[in-house]
Amino acid sequence: MRKIVSEPWFGLVIAAAIYVALKLAYVTGVIGPYWSLVIDQGLIMTVAALGLNLIYGFTGQFSLGHAAFYGIGAYTAGLLSKLVFHGSYWGFVLSMLAGAAMSGLISFLLGLPILRLKSDYLGIATLGFVVIVKTALDNTDLFLPAAGGARGLTGVPQLASFDVIFVVLVLTVIFVRNIVLSTHGRAMVAVREDELAADAVGINTTLYKAIAFTIGGALAGLAGGLYSARYPLLHPSLFDFLRTFDFLLVVVLGGLGSITGTLVASMAWVFILEGLRAILPQTLVDWRGVLYAIILIVLMILRPQGLMGNIELPFLAAKRPAQSRPAEVTKDAAIADH
Amino acid sequence: MHYLLQQIVNGLQLGLIYALIALGYTMVYGIIKLINFAHGDVFMVGAFLGYYGFAVYHLPFYLAVVIAMIGCAILGVTIEFLAYRPLRYAPRIAALITAIGVSLFLEYFSSLKFAFGPDYRTVPRPFTEIHWQIAGTTITNTQVIVAVVVVVLLAFLQFLIYHTKVGKAMRAVSFDHDAARLMGINVNTVISATFGLGSALAAAGGTLYAVAYPQIWPFMGIMPGLKAFTAAVLGGIGNIPGAVLGSLLMGQIEVLTAGFISSNFRDVIAFSVLILVLLVRPAGLLGQAGPEKV
Repeated sequence: MRKIVSEPWFGLVIAAAIYVALKLAYVTGVIGPYWSLVIDQGLIMTVAALGLNLIYGFTGQFSLGHAAFYGIGAYTAGLLSKLVFHGSYWGFVLSMLAGAAMSGLISFLLGLPILRLKSDYLGIATLGFVVIVKTALDNTDLFLPAAGGARGLTGVPQLASFDVIFVVLVLTVIFVRNIVLSTHGRAMVAVREDELAADAVGINTTLYKAIAFTIGGALAGLAGGLYSARYPLLHPSLFDFLRTFDFLLVVVLGGLGSITGTLVASMAWVFILEGLRAILPQTLVDWRGVLYAIILIVLMILRPQGLMGNIELPFLAAKRPAQSRPAEVTKDAAIADH
Repeated sequence: MHYLLQQIVNGLQLGLIYALIALGYTMVYGIIKLINFAHGDVFMVGAFLGYYGFAVYHLPFYLAVVIAMIGCAILGVTIEFLAYRPLRYAPRIAALITAIGVSLFLEYFSSLKFAFGPDYRTVPRPFTEIHWQIAGTTITNTQVIVAVVVVVLLAFLQFLIYHTKVGKAMRAVSFDHDAARLMGINVNTVISATFGLGSALAAAGGTLYAVAYPQIWPFMGIMPGLKAFTAAVLGGIGNIPGAVLGSLLMGQIEVLTAGFISSNFRDVIAFSVLILVLLVRPAGLLGQAGPEKV
């Protein structure tokens, strides 16, 4: 049994099962249009959050710049799809890729100088970048009136269906899993654990930080592109620094360095946010923000390591080598510890 | 030229208020390495308490400031006790997330109708405004009061940190928790005192802000909080003179950008300066870079 669940294809079976279940729920009307918007929002959120998990959770670079790359991707893809491709389907696919590429390129260019900073300094510098990008988006109409500036961008062809978003998410999960389990992924984790030691064993730390930052930024851009093709209004205020905290919350609540955690936490996050709106009686709706804040504080105090810690679903985790004898290893380790 | 001078005076007023907020960020960071994102909202609560004091209950202005400071000191100590202390030895990021949670809590709780309410409020002036013309620039008594209050509080803080036992304990704890504990210092009490002190300063800043920029609402703390934090990082976080220097620079950058370029771009210039400064001095202007290889 253990063997089957840890096979990668088993993950695809699970994904297919979830897809079929959700699809059935839509067809039979169990899930209405409102909740389908909520679910899609959660799926898009997950794609971006996986990018941040790669940067912060796996490589240990405290980035608060995710909203900027999300916004850059959304505007790049949205504008291309609207102005250049006029709603053609392959044009839509191309603009998604262009959005991701643009975000990846900009995060690479920003990352090269800025990744020299450490922890909180890196955080505040990337947060500054979000404020800069937000202002730029507010003023897009100065050079491109069609982008709408502070009024927001409308009229992007709405071509991202649930199916597209779901497939993109599954591909993203596979992509991130394979990176994390590769040599490069091990190098990233080494950079997180101890940069000096990683350097000493010959890992090019700057290169791996830049790679993680670029891929993470590109995933945020991809998610932004999906957002632009699923929700009819793009507004600069969607990409301000408060949005950055949403991604950070999801990654930390799920558990740093856990793909499973990010998947669980981002869906839970969207459901708590929207679910409270649906569950609370009319008189208490004002309390939504307060309850959300309390849930956040209590969860963090009870599970400081995140919901999942660094536990992975078996098919997302590395396979254990067949010959190892875990019992003895643990015993030795226990002795060495004391 | 007169215009430039006038903008510098206005920038000084903003910078001095930022300094009061930035000190709280920098002291808390210095002592427990936490970016206390809720600090901007404590500033907001301070502004409201001050407003209730002098505008609703018609207390004398300075009494209202003191009451706001005491109220926020209690709030700060409570926040630390409930939200940060349980996570003292957890990964640093956990406390950062609860700080974001506390920030959201204060904002949304304050917006409830029985608390401060969700609307903007206009703050009446607690004293009649006087204008002086000095060398072609206009200086108001509000600006003078802001400057005097801030300078008095800074002097008080300087005295507290370098000439009292509590101050000595704070410096010891920020240097090394464990060693401080071995010397018989009650680390938890000192951390509480730091939160109380920082929050009281933020409350004074909030009240002055409400007088100088007379419009308040529950989400007003986000931007000044972020700016003040940025100012603290600019000066070198954990460093008290650095926080004041960073705040004064921040005030000038903002007001001069708004005055000479466009108020749309003041945040862009402010953060671009931050990023550039950090690239040259990765620990801020007055911060001490560690021995780490960069």
